[in-house]
Amino acid sequence: MTEAIRVEALTKVFTTAKDHPPLRAVDGIDFTVQVGEVFGFLGPNGAGKTTTIRMLTGLSRPTAGRAQVLGLDLDADLPRVKKRIGVVPEASNLYDELTAFDNLIFAMQLYGVPRHERKPRAKALLERFRLSEKHDVPFAKLSRGMKRALTIATALAHSPPLVFLDEPTTGLDVMSARSLRQMIATLRDEGVTVFLTTHYLEEAERLCDRVAIIVKGRIVALDTVDGLKSRMPQKNILVVTLAGPDGQIEKKRFISDNGIETAIQQALKECQGQSILHIETLRPSLEDVFVHLTGLSAETMLVEKGGKGIASQANPGGGNAAG
Amino acid sequence: MLQDDLRGIFYIALKDLKAYYFKPPNISWGILFPFAFILAFALRNPGDLRALVPGLLALTILFGTSSMEAIVIVFERRIGSLERLLLAPIRLPALLAGKLLGGMTFGLTVTLVVLAIVLSLFDWPGVNGWRLFLAMIFSASAFSAMGAFVSVAVREVFEAQTLANFIRFPMMFLGGVFVPLSSLPLGLQIVARLLPLTYSVEALRSALYGGTWAQAAIDLAVLAVFSLVLFWFAAITLARRIE
Repeated sequence: MTEAIRVEALTKVFTTAKDHPPLRAVDGIDFTVQVGEVFGFLGPNGAGKTTTIRMLTGLSRPTAGRAQVLGLDLDADLPRVKKRIGVVPEASNLYDELTAFDNLIFAMQLYGVPRHERKPRAKALLERFRLSEKHDVPFAKLSRGMKRALTIATALAHSPPLVFLDEPTTGLDVMSARSLRQMIATLRDEGVTVFLTTHYLEEAERLCDRVAIIVKGRIVALDTVDGLKSRMPQKNILVVTLAGPDGQIEKKRFISDNGIETAIQQALKECQGQSILHIETLRPSLEDVFVHLTGLSAETMLVEKGGKGIASQANPGGGNAAG
Repeated sequence: MLQDDLRGIFYIALKDLKAYYFKPPNISWGILFPFAFILAFALRNPGDLRALVPGLLALTILFGTSSMEAIVIVFERRIGSLERLLLAPIRLPALLAGKLLGGMTFGLTVTLVVLAIVLSLFDWPGVNGWRLFLAMIFSASAFSAMGAFVSVAVREVFEAQTLANFIRFPMMFLGGVFVPLSSLPLGLQIVARLLPLTYSVEALRSALYGGTWAQAAIDLAVLAVFSLVLFWFAAITLARRIE
């Protein structure tokens, strides 16, 4: 089996109030996710990301279309599918009253992990997610980052070969988000297939092997990150940092469709006589691709979500510096 | 699949008992509340206290099983943790059965404490242990299913409490707990026959006072029907809510 997920014409229509037409949250999407890859599912709020995850995990019934998960038909084999997937929902939703350890044990009990394996595996997961010291702490008393980490650990408690992560780093501080991204990368290294939705485009760029961009329930692009970038019409961007006469720093962007040499020549010509401090070439980022395909800025998407952009946390300039 | 369902039922009940039920306020509420009602009635109408015992046991089962049961599902749905159970490899009725088993176990545990007290206070020469056991089990099952139905029928925790009390309190006064059904007007007697508490009180009275198996069988059968119908409604309602 090479495909972890196969989706064909998957559709979800919600009935709305009397005077409103039905809402097509997901509109006949098709895609496949290969075993062992990290598959990014990007889109603005209300694009259909979470609805897709809910259908693929059995929480919501598709209106039309079909899906296979780990070679099993979702409709006919739902309990068997559920046994082999791990799901991290957008909100950390473990049991406040149970300790970190007991939450893990309960997950293993539900999924039929043999009794003798439960305690050692729970301890190993707590250690792996740096929560060993919180063994006996109720979930309610953990920090937000720890809650997120424990929610991911719980999704892995029965060692599923496929994990769905819905906005795993939303609302986390920089350190916690970085730590979680490392954990996701480790999952990939271990051969676990990861289906990831995120608002953070740079996160997707760092982690995902392939990315699908969904807008208004339809997939508008699906490719590797490099493949998506290569679709950008403006490929050669040069940024020149200049020192102005009054000491002010000024940045100028030069874009060329005819190779980087043309951009350099154009920059040198226009900046003649000025003091050049720095020259860098920019490759288009996934954010540029996203903006190009959707017409939405990454900031708009983050404002909709109420989150703080990873881009602003790590790279205020936006695109990837490559020079 | 059946094995997964049975395992799910057991561990969901165990988790609920640990997380919600066996907390000091629940235990004290479960025991003190029925005692307080019976004591108030006995002080107002002093007489044969033994006659109030079936009603006391029925009330203890009713409040012990349904008080938390009516809240648990709507609470978990509200905070999102019900989704964890919906994602588990078990079928929806098994999830609901786990919730019911938790409520039943707690209600029966509290009732056993009350039963131990009343057995030590009074003589019960005609008591039938098996019938008493069955009456308690069937009552707990019907009341727990009622609590589950309330919990899935509403969207907020406060609505669950309101609806549960809206059902329980009239039932308490019409179900033969304080006064015999025969002393009620005909119209209220008919209403009383539609309430599970009536059959619970009758089944317990029959078991404690040495009634016939035939009478007990009718009461137990009606309680079983209440359990199944309420469970079925709860399962259908929960399935719709999720979709």
